[in-house]
Amino acid sequence: MTAAILIAVMALTTMALRFLPFLIFGKKTPAYISYLGRVLPQAIIALLVVYCLKDVSFADAPHGIPEIIAGGAVAAMQAWKRNPVMSILLGTALYMIMLHVIG
Amino acid sequence: MKPSINWIMISTMSNRQVLSKAFYRSLPVMAGYIVLGTGFGILLRNAGYGVVWAFAMSCFIFAGSMQYVGISLIAGGAGMITTILTTIMVNARHIFYSISMIDKYKGAGKYKPYMIFALTDETYSLLVDDKGPSEETLNKYRFFVSMFNQCYWIIGSVIGSLLGAVLPFSTAGIEFSMTALFIASFTEQWLTSKDHSSAVTGLVCTVLCLIVCGPDNFLIPSMLLITLVLTLLRAREEKKK
Repeated sequence: MTAAILIAVMALTTMALRFLPFLIFGKKTPAYISYLGRVLPQAIIALLVVYCLKDVSFADAPHGIPEIIAGGAVAAMQAWKRNPVMSILLGTALYMIMLHVIG
Repeated sequence: MKPSINWIMISTMSNRQVLSKAFYRSLPVMAGYIVLGTGFGILLRNAGYGVVWAFAMSCFIFAGSMQYVGISLIAGGAGMITTILTTIMVNARHIFYSISMIDKYKGAGKYKPYMIFALTDETYSLLVDDKGPSEETLNKYRFFVSMFNQCYWIIGSVIGSLLGAVLPFSTAGIEFSMTALFIASFTEQWLTSKDHSSAVTGLVCTVLCLIVCGPDNFLIPSMLLITLVLTLLRAREEKKK
């Protein structure tokens, strides 16, 4: 029951975040908001990459090496083939294999 | 009568064409969402919540990273306030996706509510610069792309939930698919844009806040710092003009 309530709370909060800008700025978008809308996505994607890697410890073994290799492979594959699906599958498979070998 | 029959035929044909164009456009997301969704389904099952929960979360929340974070909230029995604040932190970027779609989604009519609801990172990255097959079908096309993407996500999470119990090999590391997804988006955006100041701002500010505030409290400071730096960059550019 608690889980159902928490899921509803997550769903409603997420919806609020997605709908509010349309409700507030939908009629007339201020130039500053349009500017933010244009430049923010790139910065936010960068933030998300860092967020995903936040718990990697470079001081302790394996020193974030699996993340660096797999992440590098994703970027290289993306730059080469421009196919996100291939890049993601390759990187994830590499990462899982490395964890398996190390662990 | 003939012209009207013709008109109907053209209209249904183009409907199907819009659908197939949207399907084709959504293909790059298909495997990614099925993999990510499967990872989510497996983790949720490991936390003790089966297929109905996976299905419900993917239907009603439909925000990838939030659903991953949500697993630990549910499993840990988090409180209401914690859940709301965590959702705001993890999903705050959606405010910015919505902001950049305000002008583009104008006039989307009946398609608009669902398109806003389903505006994920991936749907956003597919649709932000997409002109669609034609101007008059653009919103229908966007609606279908959004819907296909959610279908993949739901299918993936259900598969993961069902498979999680029977998979013969260890699924450790499957969560890296989310990291990989963002690295791929970052690389793609970097390659397609000339001005990297926003990407660099995002990277530098976030790493800085991570070092200063630690891994548990850096999201909100990062977002504020990013917004501040981008605002200053705009002010500087205006001055140059």
